[in-house]
Amino acid sequence: MSLSAIFVQLLNGLASASSLFLVAAGLSLIFGVTRIVNFAHGSLYMLGVYTAYSLVKTFGGGILGFWGAVLAAGLIVGVFGALVERLLLRRLYRAPELLQLLATFALVLIIRDFALWAWGPEDLLGPRAPGLDGAVGIAGRRVPEYDLLLIALGPVVLGLLWLLLTRTRWGTLVRAATEDREMAGALGVNQSWLFTSVFALGAFLAGLGGAIQIPREPAVLTMDLSILADVFVVVVVGGMGSIPGAFLAAVIIGVLKAMCIGIGNVSAFGIDFSFSKLTLVVEFIVMAVVLVIRPWGLLGRSQGIPRGAASVEPPLHLPSPALLKGFAAALLALALLPLVSDRYTLVLLTDILVFALFAVSLHFIMGPAGMHSFGHAAYFGLGAYAAALLFKHALPMELALLLAPFAAGLGALAFGWFCVRLSGVYLAMLTLAFAQIAWSVVYQWDAFTGGSNGLVGVWPAQWLAGKTAFYYLALALCAGGILILWRILYSPFGYALRAGRDSPLRADAIGIDVRRQQWLGFALAGLFAGLAGAVYAFSKGSISPDSLSIPRSVDGLVMVLMGGIQTLTGAVAGAAVFTWLQDTISRQTEFWRALLGGIILFLVLVFPQGIAGFLRERWEARAGGSKG
Amino acid sequence: MNVLNVAKLSKAFGGVQAVCDVSFSLASGELLALIGPNGAGKTTCFNLLNGQIAADSGSAEFEGRSLIGLKPRQIWRLGVGRTFQITATFSSMSVRENVQTALLNFHGRLNSLVSLAARQYLDEAMELLARVGIAEQAGRPCAVLAYGDLKRVELAIALANRPRLLLMDEPTAGMAPPERVALMQLTAELARASGIAVLFTEHDMDVVFAHADRILVLNRGRLIAEGKPAEVRANREVQEVYLGSGSLFGAAHA
Amino acid sequence: MLEMKDVSSAYGRAHILYDLSLSANRGEVVVLLGRNGAGKSTTLKTLIGLVRPLAGEISFDGRRIERLEPYEIARLGLGYVPEERRIFTDLSVMDNLEVGRQAPRTGAPRWTPEKLFELFPNLADMRERRGAHISGGEQQMLTIARTLMGNPSAILLDEPSEGLAPVIVEQMARTILELKQEGLCVLLSEQNLHFANLVADRAYIIEKGHIRYQGTMTELAANAQVRATYLSV
Repeated sequence: MSLSAIFVQLLNGLASASSLFLVAAGLSLIFGVTRIVNFAHGSLYMLGVYTAYSLVKTFGGGILGFWGAVLAAGLIVGVFGALVERLLLRRLYRAPELLQLLATFALVLIIRDFALWAWGPEDLLGPRAPGLDGAVGIAGRRVPEYDLLLIALGPVVLGLLWLLLTRTRWGTLVRAATEDREMAGALGVNQSWLFTSVFALGAFLAGLGGAIQIPREPAVLTMDLSILADVFVVVVVGGMGSIPGAFLAAVIIGVLKAMCIGIGNVSAFGIDFSFSKLTLVVEFIVMAVVLVIRPWGLLGRSQGIPRGAASVEPPLHLPSPALLKGFAAALLALALLPLVSDRYTLVLLTDILVFALFAVSLHFIMGPAGMHSFGHAAYFGLGAYAAALLFKHALPMELALLLAPFAAGLGALAFGWFCVRLSGVYLAMLTLAFAQIAWSVVYQWDAFTGGSNGLVGVWPAQWLAGKTAFYYLALALCAGGILILWRILYSPFGYALRAGRDSPLRADAIGIDVRRQQWLGFALAGLFAGLAGAVYAFSKGSISPDSLSIPRSVDGLVMVLMGGIQTLTGAVAGAAVFTWLQDTISRQTEFWRALLGGIILFLVLVFPQGIAGFLRERWEARAGGSKG
Repeated sequence: MNVLNVAKLSKAFGGVQAVCDVSFSLASGELLALIGPNGAGKTTCFNLLNGQIAADSGSAEFEGRSLIGLKPRQIWRLGVGRTFQITATFSSMSVRENVQTALLNFHGRLNSLVSLAARQYLDEAMELLARVGIAEQAGRPCAVLAYGDLKRVELAIALANRPRLLLMDEPTAGMAPPERVALMQLTAELARASGIAVLFTEHDMDVVFAHADRILVLNRGRLIAEGKPAEVRANREVQEVYLGSGSLFGAAHA
Repeated sequence: MLEMKDVSSAYGRAHILYDLSLSANRGEVVVLLGRNGAGKSTTLKTLIGLVRPLAGEISFDGRRIERLEPYEIARLGLGYVPEERRIFTDLSVMDNLEVGRQAPRTGAPRWTPEKLFELFPNLADMRERRGAHISGGEQQMLTIARTLMGNPSAILLDEPSEGLAPVIVEQMARTILELKQEGLCVLLSEQNLHFANLVADRAYIIEKGHIRYQGTMTELAANAQVRATYLSV
């Protein structure tokens, strides 16, 4: 590639960095003040793209019409963000952080279906920017004028944000609330207003970041989650809460991606290598490198534990004999069920068993080990693909099923090595980013994984071919896996995990290598998630990249949180309810996502402690009431 | 016999000399108080000894082995126990399980996936809790304990590795005066009975003058005085930078 | 000026108040004495609205405040200084003061940064320094200065002497007496009886969420039995 071509790609990268920066800055601001990781931030971006598209159509394609539409789209999304904050998130500030996250994910589902309803499933390409639709000759190449404008826009917004945050009273209050919002309130700062304004600004930036993309990128329904993963990477690389860091990271990642596309296919020493295929992975490589060298991001500062954030978990008691009897009875009931139920119910029950194990393995690291994972589906998917691939490469089904979890465990061991270097929301974002890597590899590697089509013909062995036989296999493996995970929590290793969560400082001071314990815990959870994935693959007979996509990871989160993270059995209850719900409503309506999102919102608002947590509270209240 | 020998320990943060040429030694069974104004370098000095931060220069030897460059958990392995200014216990465990977890690690059994942790080292844990006087609270979750009792739990945890040196960062912070005296009384008795050397920082001069065998005074990272309580109390420089007029502590121990 | 009547309140499972009543007047320094966990901090947090009372009435300057948000209470002129020096470490000293700034009000002393630097001379030399980079004693002074920027007519101080060098604590005592001179109503929680003796006019003793004793400092000094029972001194 010639020098001038590199230069042009550099400009191209800088242009896309601007949009990325705007969205990331918004996410960072919102997180700083409200402590909410806004999953719906990508959806706000998507709304910006679609709204701008429609507005340009309405206003006409003149200079005023185009820029008016872009700005109006940003403002509309900003107002929408403010409404969301006032009507919904406001009610959740006292709820546990993870439930707030769940609520924002419900918004993702609802906004996605809203966009589907309003704009349809087709990709929509916006018009070129009037007056800037030409190209300038630079170094003998043609560079779109619009790109040059975008390149300038990023630093301008950065400068404006910097002035806003450091030179105005509002900015001082935002920075104060970011550090200690309770204290700011006690000093007379009206947090309620501050939160709404920050949310509106963040949403405006996301909407604007989307709107300016319309001449460059078509509006697609899946862009909400793909930009979200990019933005997480930018925020983590730049350093959470650092606006200049977000800018720097956006530039680095934007440029590297553009370079990879520009370089294209290279052949050296007789080996063909496609750099353009690297684009999806390159940002994650950057992130991994940065995190190893600077765990808090390029310009971030090591974060103390935010005040009042450390929730006190209830003690974990050994199950009472009555409870053990209850478990035994439940298992017996499950074992007897095939005698009375139809084929359809058995298939659904098999699904529930698979997802119960998946959810319990996620709970294992999220609850007792205190590591919030947003990307647990990676290990479910690795297990599923490993099973399918081993089977396709002529291993007997039984052996494939046995080995697949170890493949997932190895994956978790590799990814976990990076993840346990971080904590809190950084760790969560990193897990999501790794899941996205795994997904993009699977998605792109047509020759090996079947690409977007996945793999078909992954059928169980003859003796397990019947639905009833397979149900028993699933029951044995999944219930067995769940019991093993639960039992481990009562072992010394389980205590070490909880010790590291409760007080890393104290755990370190009594000689526990917290990071190592977390790493092993992470791998163990990955192993069992892989087992669930492997069973899943054979139960369906096929496997697609969906099995390790972000929505699948979030399904796991919903199950754990809906069930209640503070109870062991919660994950199972959550998995059962969620799987049944999804199955039921996806057969009712095309807009099942929105319906599911609505149900999640309802549950979050009504049962902030989760279903199992709610039942336990009721139980304790009754027990307490009868005592005195 | 000296358990701890510190010589010319120094640490700077961004050009500010937080700890500068600090030297002292500590014998087994001795209670040594480290006092000084806020920001004098006490916490830095402590963190240099417990492995939280690495020294720029100087040496610190525990029983003849250098502590410099070791991680906190390695220092714990050598036989150094710690308590924190703000109590740090495992809130999702009962008092006894807190101590059991420390014992499991001391006995090298923390990696087991099979045994039931709650049934291990029960007697040893109960014995430690009895020594600090909270055996009757063994089954309660740490989250509901009174602050003074939590401090005792910390002490029991710190004793689990049978330490020869205890590092206590403001052990009585946040406690009512009578509880403070009781806790330090207990610490002093345990230290003398088992020959444990204790290094502690403290702002309550009633506690310091009543229980310290010797006092080190830090100001701006440097050691400005060292000696018996009465000597330190009479030191003009110490009065000026730290003790003030003396209106804030009792005269009983003068 | 500040009054709690039969207030019950709960902060977590361990910190509970039962039917608590107390009052403090303009130009008066009142101290809440008691052990850790007795309910002193919870009382102050309930007054400022960080903990919502379950029952009872709280009035300040003639207005009922028990249903208000913390920022609304602060804007009525009730200042709150938390324990553990919760300054904004990322912000400069001046910006910390800016966060506390409110419009001046009648009937309360009016503070500006310059006037505060006279009260806390140490802070004057470090206006642009980040909160993280000043010493513990200076941080404690800054938390008070920041609250005074709201021009309060009453101020709540949660364990102001905790964790400070004796020489700084003496300075703190002088500051509190100066605030009293300015006509402020001061309610503080404290475990250090020496310090309480230096500054306070009246005392309440709290134990397990109940008020067990109230009286002037002179009465308390004369009542050896109360001191032995509740303060063990």
